[in-house]
This record gives sequence, C-alpha cells and structure tokens, in this order.
Amino acid sequence: MSLTNAANTPAVAAMKLRAEQLCVAFERDSKSVSVLEDITFDISDGEFICIVGRSGCGKSTLLNVLAGFLAPTSGSVIIDGEPVHGPDPRRILVFQEHGVFPWLTVEGNIGFGLSKLPRAEREHRVAHYVQMIGLQGFERTYPSDLSGGMKQRLQVARALAVNPDILYLDEAFGALDSITRLAMRKELLRIWQTERRTIIFVTHDIDEAVQLADRVVVLSSNPARIEDILTIDIRRPRNISSPHYLELRDKLLEQIGQAYTV
Amino acid sequence: MRLKLHVQPRPLLFIGVLLICWQIAINRHPGQLLPGPLSVLRAIGDLMHSGLLLKYIVASLFRVTWGFALGASLGIPLGLAIGWNRRAEMALNPLIQIFRPISPLAWIPVAILWFGVGDMAAVFLIFVGCFFPLLLTAMSAVHNIPALYIDAGRNFGLSPFAFVSRVLYPAVAPQLVVGMRITLGIAWLVVVAAEMIAVNSGLGFLIVDARNAGNRYDLVVAGMVIIGAIGLLLDLGMRSLERVKSFRWSYSED
Repeated sequence: MSLTNAANTPAVAAMKLRAEQLCVAFERDSKSVSVLEDITFDISDGEFICIVGRSGCGKSTLLNVLAGFLAPTSGSVIIDGEPVHGPDPRRILVFQEHGVFPWLTVEGNIGFGLSKLPRAEREHRVAHYVQMIGLQGFERTYPSDLSGGMKQRLQVARALAVNPDILYLDEAFGALDSITRLAMRKELLRIWQTERRTIIFVTHDIDEAVQLADRVVVLSSNPARIEDILTIDIRRPRNISSPHYLELRDKLLEQIGQAYTV
Repeated sequence: MRLKLHVQPRPLLFIGVLLICWQIAINRHPGQLLPGPLSVLRAIGDLMHSGLLLKYIVASLFRVTWGFALGASLGIPLGLAIGWNRRAEMALNPLIQIFRPISPLAWIPVAILWFGVGDMAAVFLIFVGCFFPLLLTAMSAVHNIPALYIDAGRNFGLSPFAFVSRVLYPAVAPQLVVGMRITLGIAWLVVVAAEMIAVNSGLGFLIVDARNAGNRYDLVVAGMVIIGAIGLLLDLGMRSLERVKSFRWSYSED
C-alpha cells in the first residue's frame, strides 16, 4: 500500500516481479502446517535468479506460487505492477521431467502454444527453436524416442516459443546425468544471453546456482523463510575453479547447513 | 498402421492335433455327448450353403455395433465429465457403483417389457453391458492424467475447448482404446445371451434354436466356433487401433 516505494524506484533495470510477504500453509490432519513464511523479494527484468534450499523445504511450492499455479494463503505476487491470479502464457513453468506432451512430435510440442499464429509464422518459429536446441532432423520424432536431455531442451524450447517474459524452471536439469547437466547449463545461459528473459530457477544443486545465477535466494527449512539473498558477482563466462567461485559456493553450502568436506 | 497377423505354426499344429484326437475319440465312442469336428465342419458348410450363417452373423454384428456405439457415445463423454468434476463424481458415484455389478442379463425382462421381442431389446442389453464399463474407464482415465500435463496445458492459456481437444483427449485416448477393446469383448458375450431370449435371429438364436428344434448339437457347436472366431477377429481389429502412433505413446513410455 505504500505509494512512495512504488513511485521512487527509477532503478537501473525495471522491476519485473515482486513477492510480498508470501505465506503458504497446508491443512494436514486438521492442523495447519506452514510451508512458506513471509517471503519477500524483488526481481528485476532480465535477471537470472536461483532459489536453493534443502530438499522438501518448499522451493517448488514457492515457484508454483510465483507462477500462479498455487494461490498463497496470504501475501501476493506482483508482476509488471499487476497481481498474479493464475497461470499465464506470458510466464511458462518448465518441469523437472515428463513435462513434454508424449502424444506430440518435437514440432508439435514446440508449436503447442502457437496455435493462434498464422501458419507461416508458426512454422518459422518452430524451425527457429528446433535449430536453437539443436534438434534438427528430429522434427517428426516423438518424445519417447528422445534422450532425457533432448526432452528437457524440448521443454525449454516449447516454453520459449510463446515468447514469455519469465521462465520458471523447477529443478529442470535435476533428473539428468552430470555431463548432460553441464551442457544444459551452458545452453540455458546462451539462450538467456541471446533472448534476455527473466529466469527463476529452482535447484538443490549449489554448483548449479553459483554457475547460473545473478542472485541466489537461499531458503531455510520448516517453514521456508528467506535465509539470505546472495549476489554472485562473477563475470561470465564463469571460471568454476576460481577462488571467488569456491568462496561463494562454500558460503552457500554453509547457509544450507552443509559442511564442505565429505 | 500395420496389422500384422503372426500366424505361428506351433499353436496351429497343436490345435490340429487336438482336433484329430477329438475326432478319434468320437469315432471310438460314438454317443450323444458331443459332435465330432467333422460333423461340426459339415454343419458350418450347411449353414453357409443355406445363407443362414451370413444372415445370422450380420444380425449379431448389427446389434453389437449399435449397442456398443450407443454405449460409447454416451458412456465415454459422461465418464470424462464426471471424472473431471469432483462434485459430480461424489454425487453420482454411489449410483454408478450400485448399477455396475448388475449383470446386463438381469435387464433382459426389463428390455423385453420396454422394447418387446426384437432388435431394440438386444441393442438395449448390449448398450447396458457397454455403458458402465466405458463410463468407469473414462472416469479412471481422467483421474490418471498426470497433473503435469494438466498444468502445462493450463500454462499455455488454452480455451476450454482447446484444452479438452489438445490435452484431455490425447491424454486419455490410450486408456480409452484399451477399455473399448475389453468392452467390445463384453458386448460380444452379451449379444449371444440376448439373442437366446429376446430375438429370433443371430448366432445366439442359432444355438438355442438348434437345440430346441431337434437336438442338432452339431449346429450348436458350429455356432460356438463361429462366435469364437468372430470374437477373435473383433479383438484383433481393436488391437490394431492400439498401434496408432498418437495412441501408442503410453505403451512405449521411456
């Protein structure tokens, strides 16, 4: 309700998303269990944000609230000055796995959100994103014949094809092997740098967060509160064995409550 | 779409051996218990010759087609709607569960009361036999749609119509095809029973008529063999539907 705050923010980048005192509680055995408590942060346009926390801490719940799939018990999500009331094609959620439609081919999946476009435009866009994710030659292939990494690239392409302002990724690379995961991170960074979209990426992988994010939101557990918001001030392309990288990574590990020796 | 009939030599050989044993046993102990394969074959030949066989097959298939089509066109959309709508399900499920275990054959007197002896009564019985299995298949198919697909569909801002045709329908189609295959089998069981009582044509009528009119057990067994063969063909036909690429996705899950 404070007008002064909203009016006096001629920031460098425009504010894209604001989470305001989000709380989520579920009913369990007729008791109310709090999952998210008092989550407040701002994300500016074009920013790459990672949300990390222990597994089961409520990261995905938070993402579902931000994407409009779940209404918060209290508080609100404001995007471009408007409160979020539900899912919207301007912001697409990419799921961990099995998110592509198995009954559609690669082309059909990428073109899924484009049915309102004229045919020529649609085909052009589908071809563009097939190219971008390197699936040329697989246009008519069904997802069951693709590898896990290909399916995730396809899911990202399907999301990007509708030209969303915000991309939400829910542990999108979590089910992939570590080599594919590295390749996917590079790919995502490349796409982000060419298309400049706001990305909110939930992960339980600390390295992933430090490699990708501009800022990392660290959540505590039971219920999830914001522990810290860490700015990753390493220039891209990031050297992942530089002392500063390791320092930031260790700090994150510590905040999550893990020692960095095995 | 490929319909590949794997004709395997070994099972056929085995059936051949069984038939020969049957014939030998009949020859050694001629009696009233069962006709031999040769006389059954002769009976089928007679039926074909008189044109009765084709007439009865067409009559039975006609009833199955209508009963099944009516059951599917009412049961599937209704099942999808009820499955989707939790409140409708809570309201209607007890009723469905009460009607479901009633054998379609229990409806025979009611069918005759309502429609008289004739095609309509038989079609109605097959309809009853198809409606509930298809209704339940459609309901459970909706429940089994992974939430992911529903969320992804919602995310892309589809109109309700587009959501049904582009997410809901393709997601349930494979399960519906399986349910329809099983239900068609039920329909084929029900038609024989219905024809024994409610009409005077068809393969079921053939069987009961052959017994009543002179204990022609060769015709009875001939009718059974024909019923089995057509049932097998119907099932193979429905199976080939399962191989359509856009339905097949759930069978080849990674």
